[in-house]
Amino acid sequence: MTAYIRRAAALSLVLLVALLANAARVQVLQADRLDGNPANRRTVLSRYAEPRGDILVEGRPVTGSKDTGQLLRYERTYTDGPLYAPVTGHASQTYGTTLVEDAEDAVLSGTSPRLSPLPPWSGLAPGRRPGGRVATTIRSALQQAAYRGLAGRRGAVVALEPSSGRVLALVSSPSYDPGVLSGTGSEVATAWARLNTAPDRPMLNRALRETYPPGSTFKIVTAAAALDARVVTDVHAPTGTPDPYPLPGTRTLLPNEANGCADASLAYAIRWSCNTVLARLGVEVGQSRLLRTARAFGFNDPDLRIPSRVARSHIDTDMSPDRLALSAIGQYDTRATPLQMAMVASAVAGDGELARPYLVESTATAGGGLVGRTPRRTYARAMEPSTARRLRELMVDVVERGSGSNAGIEGAEVGGKTGTAQHGMGNQGTPYAWFIGWARAAGAARPAVAVAVVVEDAAARREEISGGGSAAPIARSVMEAALVPDRGP
Amino acid sequence: MTAATTHPPPPRVRPPKRRGVEFSLLCCAVLCSMYGYAGVGLARSGAVPHDVAGYGAGLGLLALTGHLAVRFGAPYADPLLLPVALLLNGLGLVLIYRLDLETPADQAAPTQLVWSALGVALFALVVVCLRDHRLLQRYAYLSVAAALVLLTVPIFFPAVNGARIWIRAGGLSFQPGEFAKVLLAVFFAAYLAANRTALAHTGRRLWRVRLPAGRVLGPVVAVWLISVGVLVLERDLGTSLLFFGLFVVLLYVATGRTGWIAVGLLLAGAGAWAVGALEPHVHGRVEDWLHPFASIEAGRGPGQLAQSLFAFAAGGMFGSGLGLGHSSLIGFAAKSDFILATAGEELGLAGLTALFLLYALLVARGYRSGLALRDPFGRLLATGLASILALQVFVIAGGVMGLIPLTGMAMPFLAQGGSSVVTNWITVALLMRVSDSARTPSPGPGGDVPAAEPDVTAVLVPPVREGAR
Repeated sequence: MTAYIRRAAALSLVLLVALLANAARVQVLQADRLDGNPANRRTVLSRYAEPRGDILVEGRPVTGSKDTGQLLRYERTYTDGPLYAPVTGHASQTYGTTLVEDAEDAVLSGTSPRLSPLPPWSGLAPGRRPGGRVATTIRSALQQAAYRGLAGRRGAVVALEPSSGRVLALVSSPSYDPGVLSGTGSEVATAWARLNTAPDRPMLNRALRETYPPGSTFKIVTAAAALDARVVTDVHAPTGTPDPYPLPGTRTLLPNEANGCADASLAYAIRWSCNTVLARLGVEVGQSRLLRTARAFGFNDPDLRIPSRVARSHIDTDMSPDRLALSAIGQYDTRATPLQMAMVASAVAGDGELARPYLVESTATAGGGLVGRTPRRTYARAMEPSTARRLRELMVDVVERGSGSNAGIEGAEVGGKTGTAQHGMGNQGTPYAWFIGWARAAGAARPAVAVAVVVEDAAARREEISGGGSAAPIARSVMEAALVPDRGP
Repeated sequence: MTAATTHPPPPRVRPPKRRGVEFSLLCCAVLCSMYGYAGVGLARSGAVPHDVAGYGAGLGLLALTGHLAVRFGAPYADPLLLPVALLLNGLGLVLIYRLDLETPADQAAPTQLVWSALGVALFALVVVCLRDHRLLQRYAYLSVAAALVLLTVPIFFPAVNGARIWIRAGGLSFQPGEFAKVLLAVFFAAYLAANRTALAHTGRRLWRVRLPAGRVLGPVVAVWLISVGVLVLERDLGTSLLFFGLFVVLLYVATGRTGWIAVGLLLAGAGAWAVGALEPHVHGRVEDWLHPFASIEAGRGPGQLAQSLFAFAAGGMFGSGLGLGHSSLIGFAAKSDFILATAGEELGLAGLTALFLLYALLVARGYRSGLALRDPFGRLLATGLASILALQVFVIAGGVMGLIPLTGMAMPFLAQGGSSVVTNWITVALLMRVSDSARTPSPGPGGDVPAAEPDVTAVLVPPVREGAR
C-alpha cells in the first residue's frame, strides 16, 4: 500500500504544480492584458484614489479636490468655476476630461512618467505619483475684465501677449460651473443633460472651438497681403476703387456701409472699414498670395493646440474672383475662431512675427519641482516688419479717429479694427460684433497685449450692433487691465 | 526488553516528541497573523488597530488550547500540523477582517473567530477523547448513515444562490455537506480496509482488466451514487467532485489497481459531460470558465470570474499590500469562495505561493502519517483526509483562477464559513491522532518491535537507521 500512497501524494504534487503554474500565468504572464481590460475598474479607482493636481492661475490654484469617501474617492472642485471653465475644462468621473484638464491629464492625475524622480528607462518607477500642478499663462485681472465685459452675453474674448504668445485671457460666455459634472450619480447626469440641451450652449468653448465669419476684422489680413505684395505702396494714395464695386465676373455691386469710400486710400478704407477697397485689393493680390498670408496668420491649420485643440479657422482655397473679393472682407465662407483673430492682432503688434499661442506656462510635481516649461516658439512670420509698422499706424488711426474710438485708453497707444459680420440666410441673422486690437503703454517698447472680442448679442437691436459699439468697450477694459504693471504671482 | 530475548536488543531510542518545536511555531503563527492584522490597519487608517492585542490574545488562546490538548492527548503527533492550520486560520481571519472594512454592514470576522474557537475546541476534544483512531472503524456504517442524512437535509431548505446546501435555523446557517466529508472519509477508509483483499483479487476477468466482484463493490458504488445524486440535486458540483475524487483515490490506494483509475476517470468524464450539458446552473459555470469575458463583450460588465482574474492580475508578483487592493469588486462571495483573490491581489504571486505551500505542507504531513502507520484503516484514513484537503484546495483555487470551472467551495481555513472551519479543525485533529499513533513507540510488553516506524525517514530508509544508532 505504501507505493500507492506515494502515488496519491505524487498526484497531489501534480495538482500543486498545476496551481502554481496557473497562478504564474494569471498573475505574471497575462497580468498586463487583464490590467488593461476596459472593464477592469482598478485603473479608474486608482485614478481617483489620490487628490488630482491643481491648475494654477498666477500661482493660485483655481481647482481643488474633495474627499467623498466613496469608491471613487476624490472629486474635482473649482474655486471660480464659470470664470475659468473655458481654460480648465472639466474633469468628470462620469464624462471624462476636456481642455487643460484633458491636455495635461497625465500630469494632473499623476501618471506622467515625467513626474517620477527616476528616469523612465530605469523601469523602477511604475504606477502613479501624486498629481502634479499645471500653471497657466492666464492673468486673472484680464480674465475677470473680459468675463465682466461679456456679462453673460454670448461671445468670447481672447487676449495674447504678442511677444511670447502667452494666452492672458480666455473667456467664453455664457459659461458653466464644471464642478457640477465632477462626480457620479444622477445629479451629475441631470446637470450634464441640462448643460447639453441649454439653448445658449454654455459648455461650448466659443474662444477656441467656435468659428465666426470674421467680417471686417479680416481686412487686416488682406491689407497685410496687399502691402507685402506691393500692391499698395503708399497707404495714403487713392486706390481708384469705385463705390459701389462690381464683383468681378458678375453684375453684383458690392456696397459700403461707410461714406466716402469712392477712390479711397487704404488708410481711409481701414479707418472707416470700406468694403469696396479691400475687396478689390484682395482680387488684385490674388488668391494664392492672400492664402499664403492667411495661412501664416493661422488660417486653415487643423492641428493648432494651445495645448487644447483649437478649431480650424477657414478660408476657401479654390475661389472665383468674385468670391475671392468677398473672402477678402471676411465674408463668404471665411470663418475664424476668436483665438485666430487675436493671433492676427498679435502678429501686427509683434512686428509681423507671430508667436505660437500657449496656455500652459509650466508643469510641476506635487512638491513643486519643475517638470516642464513651455518655450516661446514662432508660429510663422505673417508679414514683413515694415508692413506691420504701417498696419499699426492704420489701426491706431481706427481707434483715434475711426470706427474703434470706444477702445481708446488715456495715456496708451491703442490700435484696433472693428467688424460687424453678417450671417444667416440672406444675412438676416443678428450680426456678430467684432473687435481686434492691441495696446502699448506709453514708454513701453512694444505692445503688451493683443485682444480679440466677439459678441453675438441676440438681445440687442440689429442696427445697434457694431464692433465699435458692443465689442470695443470690452476690449478696452481687458487691455487696460493688461497695461497695469504685472505684479506677478 | 523482556527476558524472552537472549540477545539484548539495541537500546531503544525514544523518538523526540517535538512539542517544543510545535510551541515555537505556534508563536510564529500567532505573530504572523498579528502582523497581518496590524498591516491592514496601517494601510487603511494609518494606525495599528486598537484591538490588535486582543486579536493576538484570542488567537494565542486558541493556539494554547490546541497545544495543551496535543501535549496531553497526542504527545507524539506531528509538530507541523497544528501551527500550519493555525497560521492559515489566522491569515483567513485577517483577510476577512480586511474585507469587512469594505462592507461595514456585514461584519464576518467576529463570527468567524467564534467558529474558529469552536473548531479548536472540537479539535481539542477529538485529540483528548479519541485515544485510538481505530475506534472509528467500528462506526463506519453509522458514519455513512449520518453523512447521507447530512447531505439530504438541505434539500428541504430553500436554495441559496442556486445551491441547496444550506441549513438555516435561528439566524445560524451551516453547510452539512462539509461535515459529511469527514464522515465519508471514515466510512470509505473503514470499508476499504476491511474489503480490500476481496476488491483486489476477486471478480471476473474481462480481457486484461479484472472486474471486481459485485458483492463487495455494490455498497461502495451505491453510497457513491447516492451521494453524487444528492449533490447534483443540490447543484453543489464542487463537493460532488471532491467526493468522487476521494472515492477514486482511496479505492486505488486500497486495491492498487489502475483499472479503478480508468473506470473512475471514465465515470467522471461521463458524469461531468452529462451534468455540464444538462444542468443549466453547472452549464453556466462551464461557459463562464471557457469565456470569462463574454459578459463584458455582451455589455453586461465583468462577471465574478473576470473580476477574480482582474484581482489576481492586479496583484502581480508582490501584491498591492494588505488592505490596498480592490478585490471587493468581486462583490458577492468575496469573503468565502473568492477569498483567495484577495490573497492573490494583496499578497501577490509570492504570497499566494506561500499559501499553497502551507497547504502542501499540511497535505504532505498527512500522507507521511499514512505512510508511517501499519494498520490499513489508519493508512487509508490519513490518505483520505490529506486527499480531501488537496482536492479541495485544487478545486477552489483552480476555479477562482480560471484553471477549471468554478465551483462554490470554501478554501480550507481561509474562507468565511463556520461549518468549513469546524470541519477543517476536525480533519486536522484526526490527522494529529493518526500521526501520533504513527510516531508513538509501542509501550506494551513484547513491543520490542515498534508498532510503527518511529519516524517517516525510517520508512524511507528503514534498515540504516536502526543499525546506525
